[in-house]
Amino acid sequence: MDNSQKWIAFSTIVRREIHRFLRIWPQTLVPPIITIVLYFVIFGKLIGSRIGEMSQLPYIQFVAPGLIMMSVITNSYSNVVSSFYGSKFQRNIEELLVSPTPNWIILLGYVVGGMSRGLGVGAMVTVLSLYFADFSLHSLPITIGIVLMTSLMFSLAGLINAIFAGSFDDISIIPTFVLTPLIYLGGVFYSIDLLGDFWGSVSLINPILYMVNAFRFGMVGITDINVAYSFAMVALFSVVLFAVALRLLEKGSRLRS
Amino acid sequence: MKQTNEPALAICQLSKTYEDGFQALKGIDLNVSPGDFFALLGPNGAGKSTTIGIICSLVRKTSGSVKVFGQDIDKDFSAAKQFVGVVPQEFNFNQFEKPIDILINQAGYYGIPHRVAAQRAEKYLKQLALWDKRDIPSRTLSGGMKRRLMIARALIHEPKLLVLDEPTAGVDIELRRSMWEFLQEINRQGTTIILTTHYLEEAESLCRNVAIIDHGTIVQNTSIRELLKQLNKETFILDTREALDSCPQVQGYPLRQTDSQTLEVEIEKSQSVNELFAGLSEQRIHVVSMRNKTNRLEELFFDLVEKNLQEKKHG
Repeated sequence: MDNSQKWIAFSTIVRREIHRFLRIWPQTLVPPIITIVLYFVIFGKLIGSRIGEMSQLPYIQFVAPGLIMMSVITNSYSNVVSSFYGSKFQRNIEELLVSPTPNWIILLGYVVGGMSRGLGVGAMVTVLSLYFADFSLHSLPITIGIVLMTSLMFSLAGLINAIFAGSFDDISIIPTFVLTPLIYLGGVFYSIDLLGDFWGSVSLINPILYMVNAFRFGMVGITDINVAYSFAMVALFSVVLFAVALRLLEKGSRLRS
Repeated sequence: MKQTNEPALAICQLSKTYEDGFQALKGIDLNVSPGDFFALLGPNGAGKSTTIGIICSLVRKTSGSVKVFGQDIDKDFSAAKQFVGVVPQEFNFNQFEKPIDILINQAGYYGIPHRVAAQRAEKYLKQLALWDKRDIPSRTLSGGMKRRLMIARALIHEPKLLVLDEPTAGVDIELRRSMWEFLQEINRQGTTIILTTHYLEEAESLCRNVAIIDHGTIVQNTSIRELLKQLNKETFILDTREALDSCPQVQGYPLRQTDSQTLEVEIEKSQSVNELFAGLSEQRIHVVSMRNKTNRLEELFFDLVEKNLQEKKHG
């Protein structure tokens, strides 16, 4: 395939992925919006008003960046894992496997599809958050940079999960038992300063902590960790996950007999 | 893309052993000429689908080589894939997508621009009588329509080699005939076709050459005409006008009565049907119709597979 053919193959996969989540919008777009609005109402307005300040910020301003990041992470991940596993289950992934589309294009196509949903939902949640809290953007490059890289990283992770998944149960295990605890313990709702030295140090092994803090820094200018570490951490994870996902596709693991 | 006079498909010493140790292919050799209509026959589990899977990259070979129009799948699988269109046995499209989207997306995976893809999709959907169904979810199509959709999808990048794995399984007779005509037409236009089928009548009607595969080895690879020459005897069913009290006897023809108005007889190639009819006429028995008990190729197929089985049993 020449470069223009590769571009056509890539844009076909991305367009198909975007069309997929738009077609089933009551399943893909509405629930995350409702969930996040409930978080804003309960943790931001009702409980948040009694908490007062967190890291010198009104609690709703503190929690909003974390909630936006949470929606980006979960939607990027779940879009790729459900779409790719669905294609495996219905065997229409074979349409791509028999075609001359290179594996790295297949990988990028699914990942950009996942990022489209993650960033789309993230953008809608950001607009909604303006109703609940006032923001003055601290750093646009940091905000955009970290949200793009985070979405990329979790789309890659979703693809790897889908490749290994042998049943629909397998695509919910990681989000339920790994992703959700990591998000909840990743500084979305609190500053790690509250945890004390030991648990604060333990929290540093949670990659989501770095992403949430870098995003919070970009939006409101406060962070528990050095933002450079956050970018380095997300970049490292993304490179490793990309290499693993590509290797799995090249080998045809769980895809070719 | 390299255009050559190489065989459409050249398989050399192809082997496949699955992870559970099952050896599906034991070093097969196979050549298919450009423009051929080729049948790959064999009982269930013989290795037909494994062979097709390797050609289209869904199965990883253990050893051997496969070339499609001269392109070695180990050296440039991308180029080889451009030549191949595959219609698998099982439905493998997204049941929630519309037929038109399935075709245009498939064209996109081959790097075909959207405008060209849309024109081709219209052409093939019309040829396969699916144009009216282009905008409905494909899960609502009938079984025959789904099969035709998979043929249209396999043709969307206009491959030089079309591989069909049981394309008419479960399709009614009328539709099967129309699919045969369609396949014959695209073969006349130059597309090489490899067909696996359980309907041996289909292979006999459509194909010029045949390979019979059994237990992972090719037991016969020749033209249909040559293969049929090997047929020494055929079994015929005769329907009589009168009800028969007992089975008639005609010297040299082992007749069997299967019901009051039906006889069965095996006739060797050296014998004449006229003599049989004369013998029956003398006994005032009138034959009103006559047909083969099984398809001629089917008899040969069973003979070959049985022979292969006996050879294996006796080492």
